Amino acid sequence: MIREGTGVREGFTHGWAKAVAGLSYLPVGVDEARRQLTPITEELLAALRSEPFTAAPGHRLGERLVHLNFTDTAALRASLEWFGAPLLELAAADGLDLVDRETLGARLADLRAAFAAGYADGLRDRTRAEQETISRAVLMARDHAEQALRSSEARFRAVFETSAIGIGIGDLKGRVTDANSALLDMLGVPLAELRGRSITEFVHPDDVASVRRAQRELLTGGNGDHVRLDRRFYREHGQVLWTHLTLSLIRDDHGAPRYQVAMLEDDTERHLLQTRLRYQALHDPLTGLPNRALFLERMEQAFAAAPVDGRIGLCYLDLDGFKVINDSLGHHLGDQLLRAVGTRLDRCVSGPNRLVARMGGDEFVILVERTGNTDEVVAVADRVLAALVEPIRIGGHELAITGSIGVVERAVDGTVPAELMRDADITLYWAKGEGKGRWALFDPDRTAREVARFTLSTTMPAALERGEFRLDYQPLVRLRDGVVVGVEALIRWHHPELGTLAPNEFIALAEETGTIVPLGRWVLTEACRQAREWYDLLGDRAPFVSVNLAVRQLGDPGLVDDVRRILDEAGLAPGRLQLELTESAVMTQVDEALGALRALADMGVRIAIDDFGTGYSNLAYLRRLPVHELKIAGSFVEGLRDDVPADGGESCAGTSGAARPDPVDQQIVAALVSLAHTLRLTVTAEGVETSAQAYKLRALGCDHAQGWFYAKPAAADEVTRGMTS
Amino acid sequence: MRQSAGGVRRCVMSRTLSVVENAQWVPGEVDVRRPSVARVYDYYLGGSHNFEADREMARRVIEMSPNAVPVARANRAFLRRAVRFCMDAGIRQFLDIGSGIPTVGNVHDVAQQLDPSARVVYVDIDPIAVAHSRAILEGNPNATVIQADLRDPAAILAHPECVRLLDLDRPVAVLLVSVMHFVADSDDPAGIVGHLAGAVVPDSHLVFSQATLDGAPAVKVNSAKELYSRTDTQLTMRSREDIENMLAGWDLVEPGLTYLSWWRPESPDDVDPDAPRSVFLAAVGRKP
Repeated sequence: MIREGTGVREGFTHGWAKAVAGLSYLPVGVDEARRQLTPITEELLAALRSEPFTAAPGHRLGERLVHLNFTDTAALRASLEWFGAPLLELAAADGLDLVDRETLGARLADLRAAFAAGYADGLRDRTRAEQETISRAVLMARDHAEQALRSSEARFRAVFETSAIGIGIGDLKGRVTDANSALLDMLGVPLAELRGRSITEFVHPDDVASVRRAQRELLTGGNGDHVRLDRRFYREHGQVLWTHLTLSLIRDDHGAPRYQVAMLEDDTERHLLQTRLRYQALHDPLTGLPNRALFLERMEQAFAAAPVDGRIGLCYLDLDGFKVINDSLGHHLGDQLLRAVGTRLDRCVSGPNRLVARMGGDEFVILVERTGNTDEVVAVADRVLAALVEPIRIGGHELAITGSIGVVERAVDGTVPAELMRDADITLYWAKGEGKGRWALFDPDRTAREVARFTLSTTMPAALERGEFRLDYQPLVRLRDGVVVGVEALIRWHHPELGTLAPNEFIALAEETGTIVPLGRWVLTEACRQAREWYDLLGDRAPFVSVNLAVRQLGDPGLVDDVRRILDEAGLAPGRLQLELTESAVMTQVDEALGALRALADMGVRIAIDDFGTGYSNLAYLRRLPVHELKIAGSFVEGLRDDVPADGGESCAGTSGAARPDPVDQQIVAALVSLAHTLRLTVTAEGVETSAQAYKLRALGCDHAQGWFYAKPAAADEVTRGMTS
Repeated sequence: MRQSAGGVRRCVMSRTLSVVENAQWVPGEVDVRRPSVARVYDYYLGGSHNFEADREMARRVIEMSPNAVPVARANRAFLRRAVRFCMDAGIRQFLDIGSGIPTVGNVHDVAQQLDPSARVVYVDIDPIAVAHSRAILEGNPNATVIQADLRDPAAILAHPECVRLLDLDRPVAVLLVSVMHFVADSDDPAGIVGHLAGAVVPDSHLVFSQATLDGAPAVKVNSAKELYSRTDTQLTMRSREDIENMLAGWDLVEPGLTYLSWWRPESPDDVDPDAPRSVFLAAVGRKP
């Protein structure tokens, strides 16, 4: 009976649990639902059984179902279904036969009604409670939000007030409605004065347009809600305030613009520092003048800004002899001098379209923009030279200083800054070369010539190797009997493009570049070889060779050894070689040259002084020098002529025309011959072109003569033919 | 627009005062005329923590997809089973993100019934749900609620309440139950899950469920999306594959990713044979 009752009970609760599980607010499994429903089942059975019967527990149990979270009314419906036949069956199985079936049915109906009412009451209470909770939650949430808003506003206010950044809030027309103390400090105005005014009133005039434009763009919303700019403002007393400016647009909840916010970060200090750094980077600390960097920058700008037909000029100034002042009086004084020169230049030149810069050392450069013609720049150069005339007083010294200036002026079109600089620099060296303390004007032809010369000088060593040089020989004739005693070797360059070049076209160049040393060595070698050939051919009748020696060769410490080796190799007796030196070559380096000359003379080589009478001879030295012969310059010999040149052609010296005898020249020649003989030297007259000259020279006692009257310079085999015929 | 008030200030101040960024800004507008996901869910469960706007929306969803109510309950039941599972695994810390209206039988109820020292942090974006939770949790020293956005997990983990209650050097159960479908793909849901995974120590657990595309008729999906777009949240249903990718990095415990009622049912009676129609997948993962 009990077992049967237990089984029916379990079947009932399991079925009921299955019907309501999943219908609870807090979902529970069937097992848990059964555990929860079992006591209710027991109480229901107890209520049915109660005497006297009361349905009150049903109400309570209905409420309990709600408490167990079965808030879905489907759970009530299912429960009431289970309280029908299934519960009656359970009650029967439980031995509830104390009451008759009819009474049981009535009790069950009462109980179900009470259960339903209880459930409804429970659900109503719960619903009210939950509605109340959620409403309270809404209030709390609003409260919290307001609180957060308040504290957020307080926080914002604190940030606004204490921020180091100036913040201004304005309406859509840009009128300031509020500003923080940082902004008021920056602009130096009280809030009352700022309110209602536009922030642009404080913007630097040059920047107003761009700030207005930024505001407009912000409002039309093209480029987002923020704009960042670096702009200048004015603070009180007109001081300039450099700022990073951020303009922002604030929109309302619907996205419509409401406010503008301007934030200003004071950038003045950084800006000033940057300006100073830039100034330092672009100025010469000694003179305060613009430096090379700024100068080049300005020149680039000038080129860029020049009109199509614009012209531009440059003066490149270098102080003359500054190094001497620096070395002798000290760098400190030199610096002061440079500073003084810088000041004078600045005063006399600087102005619109003129810029003076120090390029370094004692070099200054003046840029003259928008020139009309070259004279304008020459005038600037003249002013500069004039400004330097007055001696400069420094530390008790009166320093007279001059400068040399290279001047360039030309159309901007067709030139570039670097070219202008280079040409001014070249021209400066012309001014130096022409004697300093002056300006020189750039001359493109001169540059072209110099370039050509330079090109020639660089190709000379290769030409020597290629055998482009040849020697011609001009006989030296003994006046007494007309016998050829020697020949002077004269170098020719058979240039593949320029034709035959005479020594005056390239020897000076070779001297400059140093090519003269190998070239001179070649001449010696070739001349000695030829002399030996003649000796082999003519024996004692063979002529000696006279070879010109350049200044540079005389200074070459290897000269003596070279000569000795060359003579050895040629197998030529030293007495058959004569070396010709100019007066000045010997006199300018007399100490260095003396040893070499002695050694050569000791060796037996003849030494001749070329072009005697044209330089400044120190006769005392002349006496000490191991010299064997003087060659009288052709210019004196010219004064001896009184007839037409022998061959009627052009004169060798290129000074045709003066065909009248000059008595002074005659006396000079006589004196020179006499002087030479006094010093026991033989004398050769150069440039003899007429028989009258030859006659007079012989009469004056001159030993030898050379010139077109006797023979033009000619190739070796032609000379050979002449001597053997 | 909900964040406009805070948003503006954030812009204005952004450059100068990044420190203020971390402070709590004004919570979103409290507007009961707009339905809230949390209160609609409460309605599905049979609760009365809701307003007419919520009920109106809930009724329309139910009309379209009568499954909504059983799915909500199934989710609730899954949450309960999963919390118990975590308790059995020895976890005593819970971070329930997207907790909604936490009435009876919530995480702290389930966990603290088994161990009163268990700690729970609820997180929701809805200010009313948060206020409600706060009222319920008053006097409970081991449970708290914070208002935060799931899309900013770093802010959640750094929240003072979270720091106070959770010891991240010990395992934590992170709950993302029925919430990730409110995170759009553009908000990098996998990144959010990954961030949370990276913040917890091994043996921590993830309790996860979300709406899936699999088995859902397209029309209904679209209508539901349309409805949810009226709330502050968008609905993003995801394929099983997408969800699996999101859970990469977690060792899913048996039975892996499955339908809500099929995940470790307590009795055979609880298994819903129609579960695939629930268009919801659930899983619990353990951090290796």
